[in-house]
Order: sequence, then C-alpha cells, then structure tokens
Amino acid sequence: MITILFFAQLREQLQCEKLNLELPADSSVALLREKLIELHPAWLKFLASDKLLFSVNQTLVKASHVIQDGDEVAFFPPVTGG
Amino acid sequence: MISIQQHDFDVGEEYTALIANDTAAGAVVTFVGRVRDLNLGRDVLGLHLEHYPGMTEKSLQAIVDEAQSRWKILRWKIIHRIGNLHLGDNIVFVGVSSAHREDAFHAAEFLMDYLKTRAPFWKKELTEAGSVWVKSQEKDVSAAQRWE
Repeated sequence: MITILFFAQLREQLQCEKLNLELPADSSVALLREKLIELHPAWLKFLASDKLLFSVNQTLVKASHVIQDGDEVAFFPPVTGG
Repeated sequence: MISIQQHDFDVGEEYTALIANDTAAGAVVTFVGRVRDLNLGRDVLGLHLEHYPGMTEKSLQAIVDEAQSRWKILRWKIIHRIGNLHLGDNIVFVGVSSAHREDAFHAAEFLMDYLKTRAPFWKKELTEAGSVWVKSQEKDVSAAQRWE
C-alpha cells in the first residue's frame, strides 16, 4: 500500500488531497500516474502536465523513480514560495 | 535553524540571535521577502501560503547542507510563513553570518534561489477578481541554475 498526496492547484483540480493504493512491485512514478488516470479518467488533463513535480518520501524524484511498498508519493505543481 | 510558522518574525531579534556571543562573524547578511501590492499587473490584496509539512523542512535542510559545503557559514536561520498574509506582511527571512562578507552574501542568495525553486511552498494570490494560484517564473529557475 502506498499513500499519494496532492497539493495546491492540483489538489483543487482533482478535488482530492490524499488516497491509498496497492501497486504492483517495481512500479515507477510514471506508471502510478497512468494508473491514477485509468482509475479517474477526468484527471487526465491535470496529471498529464509536463510541469508537475513528484516526490517520494519527501524527496523530489524523476518519473522513472521506482516506488516501494509503504512509500509516500506526492504530485504537485512547480513551487512558488519565497 | 528552520522555522515554518504562521506568526510574524522580528528582524531585529533574528539579527541579535545571529550575532550573540560570536565575535568571529565579521559579516551578517539578512534578506526579507514581503507581500507586494502588484504582481504581473494584478492588484494583490493578500496571499495564502500552502506547504507540504515535513518535506518543506527536509528540502530546506538539504539546501542549507549544500550551502555549507560551498561557503564558510557560521550561523544561519530560515523562517517561512504559511497561511493567510496581508499586503506588506513579511513572508520569508534568510540570515547568514560568516567571517567575511563574500561567504554570507553568496550563501544568502543561494539559499533564496534554491528555496524558490525546490522547497514545496505554493502561493495563492487574493485579488479583486478572486483568488489565483501563482505560476512559477522562468527567471526564478534561471536564478537557481546559475549556481550549478
């Protein structure tokens, strides 16, 4: 089981803050994104953005990063603090 | 020290803490970012700042570690406010002390450039026409890239 978090504008667009999902072993972040779109087709236009950032266990990663069971994965727009 | 907080900070107090009982620090650089009234032509009434608790602290610590590997920093402090802020409010504080000014200047600028492109904070602007998520800017990305 993994935990998935969404932040800021993406959270509002998906109307979802957090969800849990079982993933096959060796799934990448890219595969998780495909799985989410399969489960929620309306999310396609928001999750397809090439500007989205991903983190696994609170560290920024690339889409090819492989997720482990128990990981916390987050999807969010480019950051705008400071 | 990293502090993510809703309440305001006092620049004088932060400066005092950066220099207290330290006669080795010949230079102190402090930066304060504030809520501005005009952004990209929009009249801004205030801001809402969202963050990713846990990752924010972790990413800022990684940025500080990187700065410490590049420059000789004696003391440092980062404060970032979250929640609802009004025009003119303080948003962010970065303070760095070092023996000589070059290290403190460079480190403070580096910390801000990396904070703006790597730390998970998001601003939502409140305007007369409603609220709008702030878009990331190319100039911030290029400012961070010059340190690579």
